[in-house]
Amino acid sequence: MPMNPTRKRRLVIVLLILAAATLATVLVVVALQNNMNYLLTPSQVQSGQASGYKTFRLGGMVKAGSIQRSSDSLKVTFTVVDAGGAMPVEYTGILPDLFRDNQSVIATGHMAGARFVATEVLAKHDETYMPKELKDAMAKAHAEKPGIGNRE
Amino acid sequence: MTPELGQLALILALLLALAQGVLPLIGAWRGNHALMAVARPAAAGQAVFVAFAFGILVWAFLHFDFSVQYVADNSNLELPWYYRIAAVWGAHEGSLLLWIFILNVWTVALAAFSYKLPEVFASRVLAVMGLIAVGFLAFIVFTSDPFGRLLPMPGDGADLNPVLQDPGMAFHPPVLYTGYVGFSVAFAFAIAGLLGGELEQAWVRWARPWTNVAWAFLTLGIVAGSWWAYAELGWGGWWFWDPVENASFMPWLVGAALIHAQAVTEKRGSLRAWTILLSIFAFSLSLLGTFLVRSGVLTSVHAFASDPRRGVFILIFLTIVVGGSLLLYALRAPKVAGGKAFQLLSRETVLLIGNLMFAVAAAMVLLGTLFPLIGDALNLGRISVGPPYFGFLFPLLMLPVVLLMPFGPFLRWGKGESPLLKQILLRVGVAAAACAIVAAFFVDGKLKAIVGVAALVWLGVGVLLYAYKRWRDVPRGRRYPGEMAGMLLAHLGVGVFVAGVLLTESLSVTRDVRMAPGETQHISGYDFRFDGVHRTTGPNWKADQGVITVTRDDKQIAVMHPQKRTYPRGQVQTESAVDAGVFRDLYVALGEPMDAGNIEGAWALRLYYKPFVRWIWGGGLLMMLGGFVCAADKRFRLKRTADATASLDLQPQETRA
Repeated sequence: MPMNPTRKRRLVIVLLILAAATLATVLVVVALQNNMNYLLTPSQVQSGQASGYKTFRLGGMVKAGSIQRSSDSLKVTFTVVDAGGAMPVEYTGILPDLFRDNQSVIATGHMAGARFVATEVLAKHDETYMPKELKDAMAKAHAEKPGIGNRE
Repeated sequence: MTPELGQLALILALLLALAQGVLPLIGAWRGNHALMAVARPAAAGQAVFVAFAFGILVWAFLHFDFSVQYVADNSNLELPWYYRIAAVWGAHEGSLLLWIFILNVWTVALAAFSYKLPEVFASRVLAVMGLIAVGFLAFIVFTSDPFGRLLPMPGDGADLNPVLQDPGMAFHPPVLYTGYVGFSVAFAFAIAGLLGGELEQAWVRWARPWTNVAWAFLTLGIVAGSWWAYAELGWGGWWFWDPVENASFMPWLVGAALIHAQAVTEKRGSLRAWTILLSIFAFSLSLLGTFLVRSGVLTSVHAFASDPRRGVFILIFLTIVVGGSLLLYALRAPKVAGGKAFQLLSRETVLLIGNLMFAVAAAMVLLGTLFPLIGDALNLGRISVGPPYFGFLFPLLMLPVVLLMPFGPFLRWGKGESPLLKQILLRVGVAAAACAIVAAFFVDGKLKAIVGVAALVWLGVGVLLYAYKRWRDVPRGRRYPGEMAGMLLAHLGVGVFVAGVLLTESLSVTRDVRMAPGETQHISGYDFRFDGVHRTTGPNWKADQGVITVTRDDKQIAVMHPQKRTYPRGQVQTESAVDAGVFRDLYVALGEPMDAGNIEGAWALRLYYKPFVRWIWGGGLLMMLGGFVCAADKRFRLKRTADATASLDLQPQETRA
């Protein structure tokens, strides 16, 4: 079929739209991959599931009596535990209002040696409510045998 | 006894909603005037019963009726009366009641003002509103009864979440919901148009102010929410890409696209199918937003623990609304489509590009927001998508919109002229570049800030040039009709907003510090002196209150009192102190005492210097104002349907392609 001007213009428009859609898809996929944060519990981290993630979220309970403040800065260290593991956490900054012993928390950050360095710490919002995703993650970690990950 | 009356009122309202949703549809189909006439009285009756139920819940809160579970869960004897009223919409059940109440207000207004529309069409529109009400009332009556009893009755209730005990929060949900629910009007129009197989331009004209008002309310609601998060959450941020913020932002984006698409359809008849599709999506996303916020499906600041029955109901309801309307769209849209053709260089093209960018941005936000659910379903583990995903993609998508915005008004419908565009481009570009260079010296060459200034000038000069063109070319009295003035205000608002965002992000100084009484911190020319912490009390809280004296060149600027409040049920809430200004905010929040229990010693403090942060909300308010001013345009009101369709410009059937 010969290409008349209208047809040609339509073809150009369709190609442009396709190119834009492809570009958008690539950008979205790249942005998603770079910003996906997994939520893991201390026992999952200790069984090696955190390897391969630069930053991830660590969820669990603050171990009673583990909160240690530095005397001259805002640095604080504490231990996050779940049923089968414990992980020392270091954070510099202001902790959320509800942060205290035995509180469930989610910290975002990365591993530095055996210690988790957090850039953000969130605590649950009221006395009775534990974030659903944290509850699920902890239940899942509990059900798994230590050392055996469910991801391939 | 009265709570049961509330329940009964809701059941009666549900029955009336069924009548309103079903009978007029049958009437419109069979040409039965009696059945069509049911719509208005049924809508009015339903509104009366819902208002009654709402009043009863307010009454229960005001009179401490803790035998009602919802009241006992969300208030107590110490809660001041104004927060007891706000507590009505402080949790799931009451929020839904507020939603349906606002839907009724919109429906009654629609019933009252729709006499100028053809009877069959108006009946269909009101019926769709009725069907929406059926869904919500059924949800309330069957899964989320706000009047459920608690026996034995406790002596005192729990508490309203302290985060919500703030004037901003009392007012944020009703405004936001007014916006969400307002999109139901455009939705009802779209569905009625699809059902009848035609959508005349005059009807779209009639629908436009409703969409503008809804969008303006939504804008105000989002601005209020953003301000509240800034002042109340104690983090000093104004937007977090939290799932709930996203939930309100998606309908806003689609609504912004819809406003512009409706303008094209009304004036030219083109993009009819697209307008209908956007109407469907704007409302569907409003529904999704309502449910995302309150269902607890996604972990968020606003989520409550949920009941699985509710999740199933929501899923079914959303499937019916979205699936049903899209199916109808697929069947009928080709019949409705049509309108004048337009060239590549035309106002239509620019508006269409803007529309596509808004739609893609909404889709991008939707993907990022729902990704945790997708990840869960695919068993990828517990994933969340971090704010940088949105922060990277959103500005990228909005860049073409900002770049094209000054040109849209100058282009003609159908076919534009390129010499004029080159002239505008030259003026706007030179002005933006010149201001950017000057700004570079004031902001230490920070790129984001320079771009912010350039964007403001780009958009602002574009608005001024167009305003000047109207002033020069158009006779007095017709220069700035509401539609035009609203557009100029809103576009200027975008410029102010963009400048506020970029300047705040690049020039803010945040400092988390440990301070002992008497110590001073120096931030951007301001000296923050910490004068210690003392105890104070409020109506239902005790607080540790800090005193921070801010000076600049030894002149006192402000004395700030940030608080750490403790509410009766042990909840702790940070109240930040803000010294607001047009060009900068000073912001102080109390962290915790460094030596647990000793409030007189050193504290962790968060100090902020936030230049231009108010421009963010100022820009939002200008956009809102633009929406309202546009809706007030006389052109949308005076014309009767008959006259409108008779005028040459508005022949509905012309150039069907």
